[in-house]
Amino acid sequence: MADTERIAVVRERFDATASLLRGKLGSDVFTTSTFRDNCRLIASSDKVYVILEACKLHGFDMLADMSGADYLHYPDAKDRYGVWYCLVNTSTGERVIVKTYVNDPNPTLPSVYGLWKGCDWMEREVYDMYGIEFKGHPDLRRILLPDEFSSFPLRKDYPMRGKGERHNFNPILRSES
Amino acid sequence: MPLELADAIALPDSPEKDYLYTLNFGPQHPATHTTLRLILTLDGETIVRAVPDIGYLHSGFEKLGEHLDFNQYVTIVDRMNYISPVANEIAWHNAVEKLLGIELTPRAKYIRTIFAELSRIHDHLLCCGAAALDLGGFTAFLYAFYQREKIYDIQETAAGQRFHPSFTRVGGLMRDVDDDWIAKVRTFVKEFPKAHSDVRRLLDRNRIFIERTQGIGVLTKEMAINMSVTGPLARSAGVVRDLRKDEPYLAYGDLAGAFKVVCATDGDCFSRYLVRMEEMLHSLNIINAAIENLPTGPVNVDANSKVVLPNQMSVYRSIEGLIHHFELIMTNRQWKSPVEECYAATESANGELAFYVVGDGSGTAYRARTRPPAFIHFQLFPYLMQGHQLSDVVAVLGSLNIIAAELDR
Repeated sequence: MADTERIAVVRERFDATASLLRGKLGSDVFTTSTFRDNCRLIASSDKVYVILEACKLHGFDMLADMSGADYLHYPDAKDRYGVWYCLVNTSTGERVIVKTYVNDPNPTLPSVYGLWKGCDWMEREVYDMYGIEFKGHPDLRRILLPDEFSSFPLRKDYPMRGKGERHNFNPILRSES
Repeated sequence: MPLELADAIALPDSPEKDYLYTLNFGPQHPATHTTLRLILTLDGETIVRAVPDIGYLHSGFEKLGEHLDFNQYVTIVDRMNYISPVANEIAWHNAVEKLLGIELTPRAKYIRTIFAELSRIHDHLLCCGAAALDLGGFTAFLYAFYQREKIYDIQETAAGQRFHPSFTRVGGLMRDVDDDWIAKVRTFVKEFPKAHSDVRRLLDRNRIFIERTQGIGVLTKEMAINMSVTGPLARSAGVVRDLRKDEPYLAYGDLAGAFKVVCATDGDCFSRYLVRMEEMLHSLNIINAAIENLPTGPVNVDANSKVVLPNQMSVYRSIEGLIHHFELIMTNRQWKSPVEECYAATESANGELAFYVVGDGSGTAYRARTRPPAFIHFQLFPYLMQGHQLSDVVAVLGSLNIIAAELDR
């Protein structure tokens, strides 16, 4: 199968990258895991910026995707929120996912706006949906939901049908808009 | 509503700024095509600052994705980029199948590839046609839309639904295609180049179209990479990257000889138009190669693997079929996803359309994150608009191909 060959190549390249990053940052900064062709570097929230910065210097010049999840009811989960950064090296096509976890209260992460400007709206979306704050983001406010909205709807303790916001929404007056 | 965009786009340093005025563009405006709002700060007719305000169509798709199972959510995914719905379905089930570790049958791969490429043509036709329409070229739009109707017919023949076919399923397709469908695709392959050249002849050397798009909204290669831009937008700025070649999925590995990656270097609205027009012909080559080499055999993976619904006859006439059906329909049975997560990307018409699926052992995604290209691309807008005229807003909006339903989800 061509797919298994490709996965083998991807993992081999990832091992090389990971050992290179370990040489630069020290061996205990991150752990690695792989699933199919996804290769992950997992780090704690205070180390994640250093790793992302090293990845950028290593050639991962594009932040393909960035988002998070709430692991409240997840089997064997230790931390509440997970945030992942899918990085791409546009000249070699190599991909790596950097993953980190944050917890209540005040889940906070450093913003990567200085590394990839593409994170702008993605970080705003994570803030909007999960309430994770990104320190250093130039314009962190809600993006999809109205500014007046008080909860974070993709958290697992937020019910699917909402908390009645739709029916109790304050009308916006023309003078305030 | 705060108007600040805290970034490099600073207002011109002048003691009196009251000559600037604010213009509200949208949420309902013919040129936005859907519901999105722009707040423009103008100096005469020159745009000093453009701030997009989005979220008008937010309907919580990703929350729904955590409550609907892998097959049910496909109907929601359909409605993200409704201009090329099947591309979304393919991306979604591509991610789910990667999570579950399902290898499709060759026939399903080829049919999905044909649909993915039809979606690309579908999307590009609307994008190029509507870009011309917004700039005053009504005829090209009509030629393009007539061909879109043909693709709707093909979707209808396969799935019974024109607009939101919901055609893919975990492990295969809703049903196999028939000879009528194959004949329709063949006719489309034969007739499309003429319509394509009609559109090109109307626009390629059209003075008005060129002058309103050339040099407008220039995106540099560095900026494209730094701002996570993918797809035809990135390729028109000189980023040689196409997931169909770089990370072949579906049947693109077999069909690699049938197409090339189309690139340009200018990065303006006109080169985006040219890249899209050229890509359609390469897509047509892929469709042609795929339909002529369509493998025979089953379209779904083996029903004994318990990931696809068995056919109706075996449900009604055998106890195994009935049990297999039950196993997938009962909410406490269904698929057994690994307690893992995976990111799976496809090259959709607008760029990298990916899903990040977190599995928790059940048949429903614990988290179904979409990477919507329109959302990522729209954050470029303030940068592309700086220093341009008010009338260039529609040219840039048209060339970015923002689909608000995908933007807000």
